[in-house]
Formats: sequence, structure tokens, C-alpha cells
Amino acid sequence: MFFQSAFARERAYQFTVGTLLCLAIGVPLSNLLLPQESSFALSSYSVSLLGKYLCYALLALALDLVWGYAGLLSLGHGAFFALGGYAMGMYLMRQIGSRGVYGDPELPDFMVFLDWQELPWYWLGFDHFSFALLMALLVPGALALLFGWLAFRSRVTGVYFSIMTQAMTFALMLAFFRNEMGFGGNNGLTDFKDILGFDMQSDAVRCGLFVATALLLLASYMGCRWMLATRFGSVVLALRDAESRVRFLGYSVASYKLVVFVVSAMLAGLAGALYVPQVGIINPGEFQPLNSIEIAIWVAVGGRGTLHGAMLGAVIIAAAETMLTARLPELWLFALGALFLLVTLLLPQGVAGLLGGRRSD
Amino acid sequence: MLILRSLALSLLLTLPVQAESLRDWVDALGAADAQEKRELLEQIAASGDEISDRVFDAFARGGLYLDRRNSSVVIAQRDGARYLLRDVLTGEDLGSAGRRDVRRIAIDNNLRSELQSLQSIARLSSNDEQQRGAAIAEILAAPTDTALKALAARESLEPVPYLQEQIAIGLALQALAGSDPATIQAALLTLRGRVDPVVRASLVTLGDRDDLPEMIRNEAARLLFLAENRLLWLSRLESLFFGLSLGSVLLLSAVGLAITFGVMGVINMAHGELIMLGAYTTWVLQQMLPGQPGIALLLAIPAAFLVSAAVGLVIERGVIRFLYGRPLETLLATFGISLILQQAVRSIFSPLNRSVLTPEWLSGAWEVTQGLSLTYNRMAILVFSLMVFAGLLALMRYTRLGLQVRAVAQNRAMARALGVRSARVDALTFALGSGVAGVAGVALSQLTNVGPNLGQAYIIDSFLVVVFGGVGNLWGTLVAAFSLGVANKVLEPATGAVLAKILLLVALILFLQRRPQGLFPRLGREDSN
Repeated sequence: MFFQSAFARERAYQFTVGTLLCLAIGVPLSNLLLPQESSFALSSYSVSLLGKYLCYALLALALDLVWGYAGLLSLGHGAFFALGGYAMGMYLMRQIGSRGVYGDPELPDFMVFLDWQELPWYWLGFDHFSFALLMALLVPGALALLFGWLAFRSRVTGVYFSIMTQAMTFALMLAFFRNEMGFGGNNGLTDFKDILGFDMQSDAVRCGLFVATALLLLASYMGCRWMLATRFGSVVLALRDAESRVRFLGYSVASYKLVVFVVSAMLAGLAGALYVPQVGIINPGEFQPLNSIEIAIWVAVGGRGTLHGAMLGAVIIAAAETMLTARLPELWLFALGALFLLVTLLLPQGVAGLLGGRRSD
Repeated sequence: MLILRSLALSLLLTLPVQAESLRDWVDALGAADAQEKRELLEQIAASGDEISDRVFDAFARGGLYLDRRNSSVVIAQRDGARYLLRDVLTGEDLGSAGRRDVRRIAIDNNLRSELQSLQSIARLSSNDEQQRGAAIAEILAAPTDTALKALAARESLEPVPYLQEQIAIGLALQALAGSDPATIQAALLTLRGRVDPVVRASLVTLGDRDDLPEMIRNEAARLLFLAENRLLWLSRLESLFFGLSLGSVLLLSAVGLAITFGVMGVINMAHGELIMLGAYTTWVLQQMLPGQPGIALLLAIPAAFLVSAAVGLVIERGVIRFLYGRPLETLLATFGISLILQQAVRSIFSPLNRSVLTPEWLSGAWEVTQGLSLTYNRMAILVFSLMVFAGLLALMRYTRLGLQVRAVAQNRAMARALGVRSARVDALTFALGSGVAGVAGVALSQLTNVGPNLGQAYIIDSFLVVVFGGVGNLWGTLVAAFSLGVANKVLEPATGAVLAKILLLVALILFLQRRPQGLFPRLGREDSN
């Protein structure tokens, strides 16, 4: 059984890597080189849309890492995603400079509107792309470290962990809705102009962002696979299936969980940082508990504990959402709800299970 | 009988006499000089007749004329070359008169400025309570000696207690501005225990006045201190009440979950939507019984229980029973159900909020003392939540179902071995918890908007309350709900509503991470986590 599943997973791995590479090369070529009339040409809108799906895939990958492999269903991954997004959004706000509506050279529009006199300290440094990118990883990572350290030390597991992560993202949502927080309140951050000095509306930048997303997703996927293939990964799998036994063998269960949780949160932050420049806005709505729980359904539909399944699930559902909300908005929540039911009741191994790749246990 | 008749007779006799004298005064206006006019007007005002209002109005507009033909005073309106006359007191049409026949009764600016206050004096004895209240406020806003005298005279005659109180306070405040120590002292006595901003402001000024004896200034300072102290305590009491009210809402929304999640160990993310269904049941019943919001509300309590319990039964039989022992899957599946229920309500009832009416016996407030009033609907919900809680507690402790539920929760295998049909108990327990959620919805419909998103607002709070109180312990849920409610409202004045909620959430997360078993842990079903 193990060999068979390993074989299937190897095939899925090759297929995933191949697909991502093809996308990274093919999408920008078809957008930039082919004439617009060609039936193979992708519009710039489609490029950004595909980029958005790949961000979701990265987010699903991050959740699959903690849920599928460490057995921790985090309902707060939307918060890590949004925090990464806000870090990138802050950089993009600083890039606007004096081109805002109020033309203030120093302050973003919403601060001028609130009659603030100077930039809050936590906005310092966000003029630099590398600093913002670092923060997009470190802030979610640090939050996950703190939250996980407190939770795993007290052996908070199962649904309790889920409920508490959900409360965390709910609290963050309330906080980010406040104008006094200095993150644009209700409206969030938007009206971005440039990234790294290039116009964000241009096709080249859109394609560049897409390629970056595809390659980073590929790298994250390979990184996760590598991590799970090591001794470390074996211990993580073992503690998912028999936590007490691993503990009695002398492993520090909390530390292993913590590492996986923090890595996963940083991946979610990265996904958020890539997402914001492609959709052009970040607002507190991203912290909604619903968003976080939707990630879980992507993973469940795709098949948790497979990595590639989670990515596939994210893309399938996001694409279905785009189509359904455009044509039959009434039906979308029915469809999503039915999906939750179908997958949990009838398809516990998700689409990946259907396609023959066995869950890694 | 005889007494009554004589009373009626005397009334009949006095009325025309009064009207006579009023008419005499009005007619005398025609020939009076400025000083006499003032005196006459004061007399008219003091007579307190409803009709005097018309005299003042007409006079202020310059529409009061002397009819030279019979030297009576009338209201006249110019119509071409002639004047249309009306009786001042009755408004009766008196035909018309030529330009020479009438003379306008002059009014100078001094008199005009006094008319306002005279009119207020007249209204002091109006039959309409609102008119009197307005007159009192007008006089106190621009006090004149005459008006204040009239007000003082009126104080003992005023039948409505709160108006009488208003007069007393107003007069006392006026007296504070004077310089006679004895009067001020008496006024201070009246103002004792008052916390209105005006009173406190006057006390501050009084404390700063150098022309008064030390003793009075000290007394003013003491009263001020007492008033502020009292105010502080009243606001604390009010926070406590709001906290208990919020606690009762939390209790209602969480107590159903304390059964399904706490006792059975089922994660039901659609719990909020079961609350929402209860609220919509109330709305539907009120639509079916137009004009009877109170009866509909009472009927809604059992109806909502049945609706939500039925939906809960379907959820348990259709979905949850296949997922026992897999809590994370249960969580996702029930979340799917919550989305479907939300969208169903949105499609059936429209996405807009529906307004559920508050019956008359639940609107309004009980004014405990000045500065502290408790609304009836919040008090009713507080009592109702405790009743629901007590009912559930009794059901769990004294009924056969309660015994079986506890048995299955503690040791499913042993309970089955002893003949408890555990699947049936599961279904009934879940239906019970769901039904209670529906009942909670009826109560919540009195406090918040009823819309498709109603349930979402409560689901996270409900879970936190149950976990905080200790899973599997109903008393823990009660303590958790009220302590969280009170803590929230105590924090609120200092931090604002949103920040208070955030702080509490963070504190709760930290607490549960240190003590995941909650306040009062008790063993439930083994596979609950």
C-alpha cells in the first residue's frame, strides 16, 4: 500500500511541478506576445485572476501543512494571510507618495482625512520593498509563534484550537475595522500606483507578479515536500496520528507543532503579500471568520494531507466562485454549503483521493 | 346626589362670571394707557383661562382693535377697505366694520417683550400637560419677577408630580442666584440628591461666590460632591445592568450550545442560524397576527422551539450522526449547513433586515431614580434567560431524558448495555439544544435587527462562553455568560465598545490557552476533543 501511494504521489508531484512551470512560462507569453484577437491570448484581467487563484493555492498549501500533516485545523489562517497582505499594502501605500487625493507628501490619504500629523511608528520602514516583504513573513510568523506557544504548551488541540484561532481572527477583524489602528479602517488600503517603481496597471507588471506567484508557489510546494520528507516530517506525521505515543518517546510535541504552525503562517503571509498587488486592495473583510473557514473547505475538497490536492481544491473552488457569483450570485452560498456537506460526508479524501493519490497515511 | 347637583349648579354659575370679568379686562384694554395695559394683561394671564392665549396671540400680531361703536375690543382683519371682526373670546364672526369704526390698540416694544412671558404664565394653568411643561421651561429659560411669582403660586396647584418637581427645582435654582443666605439655604435643601447637569453647574458657581457666608459655600461643595458621587454610582449601576443584560443575551445564545457542544460534544457551527430561525419565526407570527405583536411574541416561544428543534433533528439525523467522533469534519459540515440556512433565509425573506415589533408591555423603562432607568425589554430578557436556564437544568436533572443524556455523555457503551437507545438520545438531545437556540432567537428579536446574518454575530461568542465556562457544565455557562457580559460593559466606558470587545476576546484567548478546560471543568464524552 505504502509503495503504491508513494508512486501515485510521485506522479502527482511531477504533474504539479510541471503545471506550475508551464503556467509560469505560458501565461506571460500568451498575454504579452500573442495578439489580442488570438483565441489563446489571455487578457490582463485573466492574468491577475489566475494570479489570485495561485495565491489561494499557496494559502491552501499553508493550511494543508498544519491541518493535513500536523492535525491542527486552524481557522485563523485568513488572519495570517491578511496580515501579510497589509504589510504589502503598507509598502504600496508609501509608493503612492504625493499622488494621493490630498497630495500630502508624507501621509497616506486616510491619515490626512483623520487629521493625523505624522506617520505612526509602525509605518516606518515600509518605504522599502524588502522590509515590507520581510514583515509580510515575520508578522504572521511572530503572531503564530506567540499563539502557538501559548496553545501547544497547554495542549490545546482539536476543536478548541479551531475555535480559538477563529476568535483570534475575529478579534483582529474588529481591531482593523477601527480607524484609530492606522490601517485605513473600514476602507483598508487601496488606490495603489506603483510597485518597485513600475506602474501596477501595466501588463508587464501583472505578468511579472504572476510569474513571481507561480514560482514562489512552486518553491513553497517543493519546500514543504522536502520538509515533510525529512526526519522532522516523520515526527510531525507521527504526532498527528498518535500524539501521546510521540510524547512518551521523548519528543517535544509542542515544539514540532510550533515549527509547523509558524512556517505555515509565514506561507499564508507570503500568499497575502502576493495577493494584494494583484487585486489592488486589502481591507478588514479579509479577517472575516468565513474566509478562514473557506480555506479549510478548499483543502478538504482537494484532499488534505496531500499538498497538491489542497492547491487543486483552492483553484477549483475559487474558479467556481468567480463563475457562479458572476452568473448566479444567489446560488453561490448554496453551492458552497452543499460542497461542505458533500466533501465531509461522501468524499473525505477529496478530489485527490478520487484521482488515486492516497492520503499520506 | 344633592351635593353633585349643587356642584354642577355652582359651576354653571361661576363660569359666565369668569368670562364676564375676562371680557371686562379685555374691553378695558381699549382705553388703557401703557401701564394699565400691562396690569390688565397680567390679570388676564393670571386668570389662567385657555382663551387668554388667543388674546395674547392677537395682541402680539397687532390684530386687536377697539370697536368704537360699542367700545368693545375685537380681533380684526383688514379686507379691502373694510375690517372683518371676530369676537376675542369666542372667535365668533361679528360682521365687518368700516375704517373709521375701529382703532388698532397700540403695542410698544416693552409690552411686546413681556407678552411672551405673560403668555407662558397663562399656559401654566392650561389643561394640557405638555403645554404646562413647555410653559415651565419657557419661564425658567427667561425668568421675570412676575413669571417667577406666578410659578411659585402654581407649584402647590400643579397636579402632575414630575412637573411639580420641575417647578421646585427651577425655583430653587433661581433662588441660588440670589443673595439672601436663608433663601439659598432653603433652595439647597430642595436640590439635595439632584444630579442634573444644571444643578451641578449652579452648585459649582455657588461654591465660587465670595459674597456668601462660608457655611453656604461649604454646603454647596458638599452637595456637589454628593451629587457627583451619586452620579458615579448610578453610572456603575447602569453599567452593571447593561452587563447583566448582555450576559443574559450571551446566556440565551450559548445555553443551547452548552447542550449540543458541552454535553454531546458536537460542534454545531449552524447554532447561530438556529437562533436566527427562531427570530424569523417571531417575525412570521407577527405578520400572521397583525395588530397583536404581544400575543405573537408569546406564541413565538413554543413555535420557535419547534421550528428550530425540527431543523436540528434533521441536521442530526441527516448529517451529524455520520460524523460522530470526527469533530473537525462535523465543524465543516455544520458550517456548510449554516451557509445554506443563511442563503435560504436570504432568498425567502429578502436580504434586508426585518423589524420585529416590541409589544407595548415591553416598551418603555422603569425609572428607578433620577439618572437611572432600566428598560422593560432588557429586564424581561434577563428574567427570561434565567427561566430558560432553570428549565434546562431541571430537565437535565429530574427527567428521564436528562438522565439518559447524562448517562450517554458519561459512558456511551455502558449506557447502551443498560438499554439506553443512544442514537435516539443523541437525536433528542440535539433537537433540545437546537430548540433552545430558537427560543433564544425570540428574545434576541426584541433587542437586535432580524436579518440573515443574525446568527453569525453570536456563534463565536457562544462557543467562547461555553468553553470559558467549562465544557459539559451548565452552571459554568451561566457564570461565564454573566461575567463576560458584565466585564464587557464595565470596560466599555473607559475604552469604547469595540476595543472593550477586542480586549475581552484577547483576555479570553489567553485565559483558555492557560486553562483549556475552562472555569469549571467536568468530564463529558471521551471523544469530545
